[in-house]
Amino acid sequence: MSRLKRIYDWFELRLQLEGPVGEVVLHKVPRDTASWWYVFGSAAFTLLMLQIVTGILLALVYVPSGAQAWNSLNILNHQIPLGWYLRALHGWGSDFMVAVVFIHMAQVFLFGAYKYPRELTWTVGVFLLLATLGMAFTGQVLRFDQDAYWGLGIGVFIMSRVPWIGGGLVHLLLGGPVIAGATLSRFFTLHVFVIPGTLLLLALVHVWMVIKLGINEWPMPGRLVRRSTYIADYNKLAHEDGIPFVPGAFWKDLIFSGAVVAAVAVCAAVFGPYGPGGQPDPSIIQTVPKPDFPFLWIYAVLSYLPPSMETPFILVAPILMIAGLLAVPFVAGEGEKSWHRRPVAILALASVAVAWAVFTNLATFTPWSPHMNAWSGDTLPVRYLEEATPLVRQGAVIFQAKQCRNCHSVGGHGGQRGPALDDVATRMTVDQLRFKVVSGGGNMPAYGKNLSPPEIEALVSFLETLHPKGQSPAIDAAQQAVENAAASPPGSQGGTP
Amino acid sequence: MSQSDSPNPPSAGTEIKPAGEHTSDQDNPAVVSRRWLLLKAGIALNGLVGVALAVPIFRYLLGPVRRDSYYNSWVSLGAADNFPIGETRLVSYRNPFTRSWDGQTDDIACYVRREGSAQFRVFAINCAHLGCPVRWFPQSQLFMCPCHGGVYYADGSRASGPPERGLFTYTYKIVGGELQIDAGQMPTLSNTAKLVQIATPGKDGDSSCRG
Ligand code: FES
Repeated sequence: MSRLKRIYDWFELRLQLEGPVGEVVLHKVPRDTASWWYVFGSAAFTLLMLQIVTGILLALVYVPSGAQAWNSLNILNHQIPLGWYLRALHGWGSDFMVAVVFIHMAQVFLFGAYKYPRELTWTVGVFLLLATLGMAFTGQVLRFDQDAYWGLGIGVFIMSRVPWIGGGLVHLLLGGPVIAGATLSRFFTLHVFVIPGTLLLLALVHVWMVIKLGINEWPMPGRLVRRSTYIADYNKLAHEDGIPFVPGAFWKDLIFSGAVVAAVAVCAAVFGPYGPGGQPDPSIIQTVPKPDFPFLWIYAVLSYLPPSMETPFILVAPILMIAGLLAVPFVAGEGEKSWHRRPVAILALASVAVAWAVFTNLATFTPWSPHMNAWSGDTLPVRYLEEATPLVRQGAVIFQAKQCRNCHSVGGHGGQRGPALDDVATRMTVDQLRFKVVSGGGNMPAYGKNLSPPEIEALVSFLETLHPKGQSPAIDAAQQAVENAAASPPGSQGGTP
Repeated sequence: MSQSDSPNPPSAGTEIKPAGEHTSDQDNPAVVSRRWLLLKAGIALNGLVGVALAVPIFRYLLGPVRRDSYYNSWVSLGAADNFPIGETRLVSYRNPFTRSWDGQTDDIACYVRREGSAQFRVFAINCAHLGCPVRWFPQSQLFMCPCHGGVYYADGSRASGPPERGLFTYTYKIVGGELQIDAGQMPTLSNTAKLVQIATPGKDGDSSCRG
């Protein structure tokens, strides 16, 4: 017997792992589950491991102190050899993990894998998703830059809307009265101890159940899940047409996980680390805070809600969403698994995906935010002023100087909060323009108090010139008729009774 | 799994079994035996210690939850005459409640608008919607928020956008020619004006803020 075998036996006598490990490795799974569709869960677990390793490595340098965190990140980026790469790995690993967890969930939903007897696996999975998002949010806070600071501020404002205990919750969240060192310390604790500990524990429970209950069989239209027969059916399937988990199914898991980690490594090398942005000094207010990618959709939703709906929505919607997810296996625990016969499920998944994509996409260019520098940074195209009278020119100056462009684009530049004004004169008459400028309405502030009458006059004359060549500005038909009637003596036109 | 063919006795599959099979009446939970009673006593003791420890632990965890008056105090923004009448100035102050490791996070900005010789309005920097830092534009006399496009007039009242109300204001007083504000907390709906309905434009920016 070789020396290797002797060493192996020495350990095996003491560890006694061969039995349980062998059971896991060789347990039969239905043949069809050895599919590329079944690789996302293991990839998520691999990414979790990557995050733990890179996280520990970053903690060697990172200083969780309000005064020093931002500096230590810059030192990681610029002075510690390959510190930037470790930050990039952790950051990209996080984005990949969130993405893979969502894809995993969508796949499980699509394949009906949450049905009896895997309800609890799904429930634990929902909490794993929440923990993953919690890691993404607390991780953004640990970056402790301007975005982190004002992002926390948004969290505080949301908390503060909870009836009765809002104030106490804010103090708990912040660890004090304002966002400061104590806040960072508690988010560090959450990000490094509390959430990862929970995440790891839940992940192990999740994997345990996957092994014990077996991998979900490939859904076949017409093969219904029934509580009374399912387990026997599954066992028959796994044993009569099954293959051992290793290597038949596991090689795909391995290859996909390796590819995902490689993708993280390449993204990290090519795109580098994210931030830190500006320093966390709240007296520097020249900032346009934005959440990280996984939360962009929330950012978009919050800007489109009507003010009166906002508090109820913020407080109730998350609870409903989580409750909805948790309810899925208990509402539809039996029956059809195949997507060919679950139109409602497909429709629901598709709507969620489309809504998410639309909101995330909107949040990448934030049409609802004024462009704070457009008034001084974006010039007016010369062609708009080529034949301008002095009054019109004066109006153009006012248009720039009074921040109109922060919300209104002209010539493709400027904010998108309000409508583009390139052809506003074709849509509104002079009187309508004047009224809108003076009294505002909708998302437009009333400028009546902020502009003098001559300024308003000049501004309106300028706006009146904003129409495409060859298309005349809008006119007030009634007024035109009155003017025509006054200009020409009665009877000369004929037909007037 | 593997039934070892090797003649060596210490191979996999050899389990040293704890003496689990030797059960007796004393191990039957239905029988009140000494060992079951002691087990229950052990559980009770641990429960008791746990509860006793939970009290200080929760007290510690809830440590930051304090009344507003604990955190707030009067902070000077400098001589009142530094602020010209009719203008709005950005100033910053050091938050009165600090820890030495807070760094710059305690430098809080606010806007001071002087409306008369002794009339001021001191606005929190935080948008009343979700707290982003609003910016003052003297040319158009408007505050604009970079996050979701909230706009406020010069007197702090809501002009447009998602905010439900006007800007938060600090209570102020003038002591020996110095402008002082009652500051100390991030102003939010829970510690200032509670939830208010949108009032008529121009009238809803006045609720006092103790933030
Ligand atoms: S935070 Fe200012 S508009 Fe939302």
